[in-house]
Amino acid sequence: MAERILDVKNLEINFHTYAGDVKAIRDVSFHLDKGETLAIVGESGSGKSVTTKSLMGLLANNAEVVGGSIMYHDQDILKKSEKEMQNIRGKDIAMIFQDPMTSLDPTMKIGQQIAEPLMKHKKMEKKKAWAQALDILKLVGIVDPEKRINEYPHQFSGGMRQRIVIAIALVCYPEILIADEPTTALDVTIQAQILDLMKELQSKIETSIIFITHDLGVVAGMADRVAVMYAGKIVEYGTVDEIFYNPQHPYTWGLLNSMPTLSSTLLEAIPGTPPDLLDPPKGDAFAARSAYAMKIDVEKEPPFFKVSDTHYAATWLLHPDAPKVTPPTEIVRRQKLFAKMSANKSVKA
Amino acid sequence: MSEKKKKLLEVKHLKQYFNVGKSDLVKAVDDVSFDIYEGETFGLVGESGSGKTTTGRSIIHLYEPTDGEIIFDGQDINKLKTKQEMHAFRREMQMIFQDPYASLNPRMKIKDIVAEGIDIHHLAKSDAERSKMVEDLLEIVGLNKDHSSRYPHEFSGGQRQRIGIARALAVQPKFIIADEPISALDVSIQAQVVNLLKDLQKEQGLTYLFIAHDLSMVKYISDRIGVMHYGKLLEVGTSDDVYTKPLHDYTASLISAVPVPDPEFERNRKQIVYDPAQETDTENKPRKMHEITPGHFVRCSEDEVAKYKERAASYEK
Repeated sequence: MAERILDVKNLEINFHTYAGDVKAIRDVSFHLDKGETLAIVGESGSGKSVTTKSLMGLLANNAEVVGGSIMYHDQDILKKSEKEMQNIRGKDIAMIFQDPMTSLDPTMKIGQQIAEPLMKHKKMEKKKAWAQALDILKLVGIVDPEKRINEYPHQFSGGMRQRIVIAIALVCYPEILIADEPTTALDVTIQAQILDLMKELQSKIETSIIFITHDLGVVAGMADRVAVMYAGKIVEYGTVDEIFYNPQHPYTWGLLNSMPTLSSTLLEAIPGTPPDLLDPPKGDAFAARSAYAMKIDVEKEPPFFKVSDTHYAATWLLHPDAPKVTPPTEIVRRQKLFAKMSANKSVKA
Repeated sequence: MSEKKKKLLEVKHLKQYFNVGKSDLVKAVDDVSFDIYEGETFGLVGESGSGKTTTGRSIIHLYEPTDGEIIFDGQDINKLKTKQEMHAFRREMQMIFQDPYASLNPRMKIKDIVAEGIDIHHLAKSDAERSKMVEDLLEIVGLNKDHSSRYPHEFSGGQRQRIGIARALAVQPKFIIADEPISALDVSIQAQVVNLLKDLQKEQGLTYLFIAHDLSMVKYISDRIGVMHYGKLLEVGTSDDVYTKPLHDYTASLISAVPVPDPEFERNRKQIVYDPAQETDTENKPRKMHEITPGHFVRCSEDEVAKYKERAASYEK
């Protein structure tokens, strides 16, 4: 089994607001193995970004970690002081942010921005750090790096800026790279380039990636494992094939159903809107929007039911006593594919 | 089939340049021509900077076009000079904007936002009629009519976009330009709004110009599609033709870059790299739109027609 480098257990985070406590993260557990890519999928407000910010120790002032632990190897990140976090952040755990237009300092040469973490974390001399910055600029595919290293962010296009952001994040060869919607602001052709670059670099420097996105198409191409979040909880997790071809939770069904593929003729939208986390609903938070909700869904929260060794889903539909339901057509189509794939043993473990 | 339908909008050689006469001249839209038939949805796709939004804004006359004609319902809108003529035109054509947070005035109540068009065009004879109209509109777009005296900040992104749609519908337009109406919304909400637009089209016989960069969504909603790049329209055809039988290399590369929610497909994906050099016009070989197969046009020079015909034929095998 692969080495486990990150283990998040029963994480609970509240935000204090004037209206009361927003329960943004409600009992979230997941882990990350060495060299793998874990995708966390969900809508805005599902808690995916808050989860990753807590890994970096970057939570807002009004956030409070109510419970749980985040074990990075054998140390609990939640117990670290700000000073200790500064030594981890950027060196062992690095982050790529969504918007390449605002995550670079407009007044600093990009060479300086890339060399900064090396000088800070590795106590490198300026000359040596800049030399290494030049190397990583080549690695992320910036043309004419000798000249461009002395330029400022505004002289680069969006896609190029995101390459620089990736260079900054990777320059210390971090063990974990958190990518929070790294391609959402980019055009599709540029997005494809950046995703390919990330995959290539991952194998070169052996980093593990936590990939946050709402785009299931991107997830299908990037992830080894997927966790689906809804209303501050993980509702289903499994390998990428298990989530895409054998989904069990009605929310995962709804998500897959509401995304157009190039061949879809009918889109089934998920009705309604996500619940208010000031006062999260009892039971399954998705019940109010689900056509498959049963009486128990509004009364009692479903535990995780095991589908396979790697695949778990929190829905009462998996309880042995639950009535058999037929998922939407598109899901049935996917599940048939899955049955075929398992028969051929071509499922990626 | 579409040949028999009435052309509601004809865009002929539209040019929209900025900074004319200065050294930083931008040809945002350069010689673009297409038709939109009554009752259909025409999708305009392209990357940022391709000129798709500028095209939409020129059509609704938010810009004064540099050159070219925009004929709406038989009338050249560039020749509408008086305020009254413009007034009447704006009733026929409405727009839904990209950002539902920036496009609603935060200080106005929902009923006043929706009724602004009704007031300007004096469509309601009394206050009671006005509120009845607003209530009906809110109901049509799937909002609660009791929400009419609330302010925009009390609504979610998807609900705000519904308000934007209600506002556009208030003056009973024939033609709606939807400029990236769903790109600011969550996946599960995007489908809701797109389905709402589709339903409204069916019920009210609307014609849409749907501008977006999300190719799979454009494919889903549009009858015909135009692909733009660097201010030029490169390919026009039915959405099936453009997606399954792309003629222009740029279209093919764009489609190959779309991520698909299917891991098997993604593992075997081959991205086509596009070389934009083939778009540059040379003096003796000017490029214009050529019809390769019925209803499927591509921008090319006379010499290239044979190449594209061959490509179109290769799909038929």
